[in-house]
Amino acid sequence: MIEAVGLTKRYGAKTAVYNLSFQVRPGAVTGFLGPNGSGKSTTMRMILGLDNPTSGHVTIGGFPYRKLPNAPRQVGALLDAKAVHGGRHARNHLLCLAQLSGIPARRVDEVLGVVGLQDVARKRSKGFSLGMGQRLGIAAALLGDPQVLLFDEPVNGLDPEGILWVRNLMKSLAAEGRTVFVSSHLMSEMALTADHLIVIGRGQLLADMNIKDFISHNSADFARVRTPDTEPQQREKLTAALTEAGGQVLPEQDGALRVTGLPLPRISDLAHSADVRLWELSPHQASLEEAYMRMTQGAVDYRSTIDQKAGLQQELPPGAVPQPQMPVAGQGQPGWYAPPPPQQGGQPFSMPQGQPGPYGAPAGGAPGPYGAPSAPAGADANPYAQSAPQAPAQAPAQPPAAPAVPVAPAAAPDLTKPEDAR
Amino acid sequence: MAASQVLRSEWTKIRSVSSTVWTLSLAAVVTIALGILISLLSKNEFDRMSVKDRLSFDPTFISFAGMSLGQLAMIVFGVLVVSNEYSTGMIRTSLAAVPQRGMFLSGKITVAAVLALVVGLVTSFVAFFLGQAALGPHRASIGDTGVLRAVIGGGLYMTLIAVFSMGVATMLRSPMLSLGILMPFFFLISNILGAVSATKKVGRYLPDQAGSKIMQVVTPLGDDTPYGPWGGFGIMVLWVIAALLGGYALLKKRDA
Repeated sequence: MIEAVGLTKRYGAKTAVYNLSFQVRPGAVTGFLGPNGSGKSTTMRMILGLDNPTSGHVTIGGFPYRKLPNAPRQVGALLDAKAVHGGRHARNHLLCLAQLSGIPARRVDEVLGVVGLQDVARKRSKGFSLGMGQRLGIAAALLGDPQVLLFDEPVNGLDPEGILWVRNLMKSLAAEGRTVFVSSHLMSEMALTADHLIVIGRGQLLADMNIKDFISHNSADFARVRTPDTEPQQREKLTAALTEAGGQVLPEQDGALRVTGLPLPRISDLAHSADVRLWELSPHQASLEEAYMRMTQGAVDYRSTIDQKAGLQQELPPGAVPQPQMPVAGQGQPGWYAPPPPQQGGQPFSMPQGQPGPYGAPAGGAPGPYGAPSAPAGADANPYAQSAPQAPAQAPAQPPAAPAVPVAPAAAPDLTKPEDAR
Repeated sequence: MAASQVLRSEWTKIRSVSSTVWTLSLAAVVTIALGILISLLSKNEFDRMSVKDRLSFDPTFISFAGMSLGQLAMIVFGVLVVSNEYSTGMIRTSLAAVPQRGMFLSGKITVAAVLALVVGLVTSFVAFFLGQAALGPHRASIGDTGVLRAVIGGGLYMTLIAVFSMGVATMLRSPMLSLGILMPFFFLISNILGAVSATKKVGRYLPDQAGSKIMQVVTPLGDDTPYGPWGGFGIMVLWVIAALLGGYALLKKRDA
């Protein structure tokens, strides 16, 4: 059991970790999440007694790390895969760590086998890939068969086989009743591995809860409802009925509806009383990644900007006409995303009927998204083709966020969309 | 945690990197080879020396002339033993395994110092005997007064140079910074201070000048150094203790 109480660490004027309190319990894999620079590694170093907290304290099994009797037999840690002397053989690296805690040399060969490095045991670690370095680091953590294990980004650089192995390793270690504390940026990996989550941002605790609760708290679970594609008016009818009953309805790109705020049986009842047939009614849980993004969006320190390539553009010869740049709507604004490539049979930039608008979409008079004419099969999901103008009739039925979501009728299910990661 | 475990672990660490072999063998080879060369030159020069120089002639000290260069390899050895941990990041793993930092540092320095002492003593004896052989008729014997003390002192001197470097490297952490300070300090500053008469009195309290007194058997004429061989050695020991205490204090309170 790891217990932090009011942990604070300042480096000069910068506060890396502020008033952090949490418990990591045995018998579960606890994930440690946070954006870059949020204080995860600093916290791990403080747990291991490498850095002294400015205030507060952290204990393992009731002892501060430096007072822990025979610490390497109690706690195993992987902090940095590259933190080995490159000129030393893998086996000697583990041997010197084993000798510190009185572990016999036999055990070194054992863990080398466990992590799959027995063939390179007598090779200098200088030539190791990042993945091999991670394996060596994991071997060092497992050496003393400790009850408490800390891993900082253990799957970085591992191949898929290695990732699967680490996932199962963590789970089996936790199943044996050990305390497993692991940080990672790979959300899908965390969703599969962790039972419990501790999320920090800017050095402060954002969440400390069960992973299922975390996802539910931070992203509304929703039901996907699909009405027959052939009868768009049924969908409008259902939308109205659901909204009236207090649900929130978001049209999805492929024509389905995303309903929140109503349990599934209630949706079915409402559809029944509105006399609407359903082709699909399915429960969905948002992915951990979505939940994490939503929670940490205010606490991200390092955000990328648009690459302007200033000074890298070639000077044009005098008299030459610069190539017109294709305008991209909304680029650089929050929420902007790259449109999916035009699908087969789609019409990227023009529609046959109506007057072409700025991006080739009908400027007006065309039926709204719901009443759209039966476009060719597998119609266009490209947001440029179907653009902003909405028929006024749809306005009341839509939640405010809806116009941003381009809707293409009768489109094939969009496979690029992140679905349920679980 | 038993100290013996730390010692065994540090021994594994030190023997499993090639820099140990390279720096120590370089120290031995340079010291011995240069000692033989200067001994040969001194033998040929002896007949042309003034009376004063002949009276100050110290065959033992001459056979240790290579020490001034060989000690530089010893400095590199001492610096690398400690700063390796920092430059590779291994220090975090080491300190997580040995949370008692004082025990970690003393284990590391003990192992490295014993190794340096063994190499230093072997180097010193070999340099002495080969140097005396090269000096021919002007040679000293190991049984002469003060000679054995000087030869053992040569080994101790090399050891202390290495340990002093370890203390400095513990304080500075970076190998480049440590070497960048220690190399000019021993190779230039100490010699310059010792050569200029105005600063000579200060210069002779520097660790290498004070410590090398133990390798002298014949006191040069007109030498007014206020300490003897063991006195000088004591001054060097004080320097080493100061460097180690500084390193320990910083390691203890600093974040790894």
